[in-house]
Amino acid sequence: MSNEGVDTGRRRFLTRATVAVGGAGALAALYPFLASMAPSERAQAAGAPVEIDVSRLEPGERLTTEWRGRPVWVVRRSDEMLERLRTQEIRLRDPDSDRDQQPEYARNLYRSIREEFLVLVGICTHLGCSPLYRPDAPAPEIHEQWTGGFFCPCHGSYFDLAGRVYAGVPAQLNMAVPPHRYVGDTVLVVGEDEGEAA
Amino acid sequence: MRKIILLVITGLLLAPMTAMAAWPKVPDVEGLELNLDVHNKASLQRGARLFHNYCLSCHSAQYMRYRRMAEDLGLPEDVVVESLMFTTDNIHETMQVAMPAEDAEQWFGQAPPDLSLIARSNGPRWVYTFLHGYYQDDERPVGMNNLVVSNTSMPHVLVELQGIQRAIYDEVNGETRFAGFELVQEGSMSPREYDRAVTDLVNYLTYISEPARLQRESIGLWVLIFLALFTMLAYMLKQEYWKDVH
Amino acid sequence: MSGNAQGGLLGWIDARFPLTRMWNEHVAEYYAPKNFNFWYFFGSLALLVLVNQIVTGIFLTMHYKPSAEEAFGSVEYIMRDVDWGWLIRYMHSTGASAFFIVIYLHMFRAMLYGSYQRPRELIWILGMLIYLVLMAEAFMGYVLPWGQMSYWGAQVIISLFGAIPFFGDELVTWIRGDYVIGDATLNRFFALHVIALPLVLLALVVAHILALHEVGSNNPDGVDIKQHKDKDGKPLDGIPFHPYYTVKDIFGVGVFLFLCALVIFFAPEMGGLFLEYPNFERADPLATPDHIAPVWYFTPFYAILRAVPNDLAGVVLMFAAVIVLFFLPWLDRSPVRSIRYRGWMYKTALTLFVISFVVLGYLGTQPAGGLYTLLAQVGTLIYFGFFLLMPFYTSWDKTKPVPDRVTG
Repeated sequence: MSNEGVDTGRRRFLTRATVAVGGAGALAALYPFLASMAPSERAQAAGAPVEIDVSRLEPGERLTTEWRGRPVWVVRRSDEMLERLRTQEIRLRDPDSDRDQQPEYARNLYRSIREEFLVLVGICTHLGCSPLYRPDAPAPEIHEQWTGGFFCPCHGSYFDLAGRVYAGVPAQLNMAVPPHRYVGDTVLVVGEDEGEAA
Repeated sequence: MRKIILLVITGLLLAPMTAMAAWPKVPDVEGLELNLDVHNKASLQRGARLFHNYCLSCHSAQYMRYRRMAEDLGLPEDVVVESLMFTTDNIHETMQVAMPAEDAEQWFGQAPPDLSLIARSNGPRWVYTFLHGYYQDDERPVGMNNLVVSNTSMPHVLVELQGIQRAIYDEVNGETRFAGFELVQEGSMSPREYDRAVTDLVNYLTYISEPARLQRESIGLWVLIFLALFTMLAYMLKQEYWKDVH
Repeated sequence: MSGNAQGGLLGWIDARFPLTRMWNEHVAEYYAPKNFNFWYFFGSLALLVLVNQIVTGIFLTMHYKPSAEEAFGSVEYIMRDVDWGWLIRYMHSTGASAFFIVIYLHMFRAMLYGSYQRPRELIWILGMLIYLVLMAEAFMGYVLPWGQMSYWGAQVIISLFGAIPFFGDELVTWIRGDYVIGDATLNRFFALHVIALPLVLLALVVAHILALHEVGSNNPDGVDIKQHKDKDGKPLDGIPFHPYYTVKDIFGVGVFLFLCALVIFFAPEMGGLFLEYPNFERADPLATPDHIAPVWYFTPFYAILRAVPNDLAGVVLMFAAVIVLFFLPWLDRSPVRSIRYRGWMYKTALTLFVISFVVLGYLGTQPAGGLYTLLAQVGTLIYFGFFLLMPFYTSWDKTKPVPDRVTG
């Protein structure tokens, strides 16, 4: 056994080439394993868009449905409720919806596509409880100037009828508006953006 | 000596392979030969149409999702929803059956089996011969029997397509032996068309028994090319280092 | 690389943990004979397959449901709904068969070159324990998909214990945890398959390698390379495991992975040998498949079981066929190790043994009866004859002189 007359350049090149190719192969082999942990086809099926017929919803009424395992609310706001939204911007933390809690098409005063219909993920942005729907006003036990909205019993956060968070409560963000779109006049699809086809 | 040992080892590896813990035996029928091609999308689409119209009302394919099928067969999702889905309008659903299991048991004596894996557990040729194997038999309540599963409780669903055939027997050394089929009443398809339809259907059943097969072979090719390259490099590296060893 | 005076991270670690020392002892300065041939690839390949089984197994358990109700569906869920689940499952199922191919060749190597002889008896015994645990591991793993073969295979194998006199029936009920094979059985097999047996397996593998590195590797000539050392105390016929055998084994790994990929991507069922077709049908306690055969790696022993008309004797003989292998180091009385220097008797006996093993393996896949049973009986005789007559023919056999140093 001897190391004399060894072409060290070739040896080094071959070592590096084998390590590089083998390493690339090992990395590629890692991919299927990591990908197998992503939501499966079944999980995606459970997260499929939900269709809701909103025509039977009375003004002031709310319905709750489920999308990706979370409650989604649809509130049909009456003219009077919409009026209240226009007159109370002072005490809100993010009145103009600057924080990214809604799709671009819902970034307006009513945080909705159609003025009357509010679509919200029914989860408090503080620690994940589901707030109560309190359209009734006044309600001094919540706030002396209460004009209707959502009240979270867990830590006392509250939101207005567009899901915007009030200043000075534990929650920091407005409630989230999920992607949604309308098919015709009456069918609301939650989970798909405007312009996306089934 | 070394060669003998190597031969024995090859034998050790190959002998059980010829043994083949194989699919159930299927009788040979003259003129019937199955030519499968799971990569033939047109055939799979025709098979899907037949399967969803004729089979899915009684049999489920509970492990197969419509969306996966639409994607793999290159069918637009709205087409699938409208023309191939009858029990649900959610494309993410699996292929469930419309008929309740209790009703089925009452009508057929047993619930029709799920077909997700039938082509894998029994083999494509079994399904193919079964669908070709209905013949007239007046002793059966429905007037039909099957060569592959005798006294099957499944009615001949495709009879309007195939027509009615009878079994011919001949005598060899005093033993009665099945010799073939003869068409006694024509169906809406010619025998050739019917054979193609059954082949498409079996093709589709083979596909749903392992949808991953469509990807696995093409990925496999790249893996093999990569491994060949790697092995070649490793061999050169080994040769280089082993120059030291005398 | 040696010496503790080194600085840097490695020096810091070495002052607290024998990292460099272990690397040197087991890899960089482990001197292996320079004349290893083809048969010496399988040890490292077995280690590779073990790693593959553990890694793919971990990812399968993330999706598998160990209940009689859900098990079959969850395997199909892995095959269809989980991204790349089919690949991970085929890697695991192909790996199981590959494990046995590699292990059988590894054991056969030991028989060719007398690697179990003094002073390597303990390596052989540890290896046999690994084989035994592997069989249990494979058997329980095969039950998990809860297909027809899983169910009825388990039914047959567990019932074997019922042949034991006095408490056989109670033992069978205890193993099943129920009066039939059911949810409880599946659940406990899952626990043993994914936790208990792999732990034992890993511990045994470490012990197997430690024992090997204590006495050093045998080689195709069966000569002791430690007899001739240079002035530094290194064996003249030895080369450091790293880099020489690491680069050689990497090449072996390349070839092996190529063959495995052929199966995984182009024939995952391997014609019904690696994945039996009836197992694609959900377990049905009311309908036995036409023909029950274990997976190929158990069939030689299954054939021995069926060769004997008596229940208890069959079971005893089947287990004896495995146990007798443990005694190999003491049955072999030959003064030489390698087949290269043995006489015609051992060569003939070993050839007959291999043929009987293969033939028994084939017969185990076939329905019993008639000629097949007779053949299986002959095979069983040869199988046991090889071991029980070994003390005689190995001491009568005329051996050739063993060279002083290894031959190329």
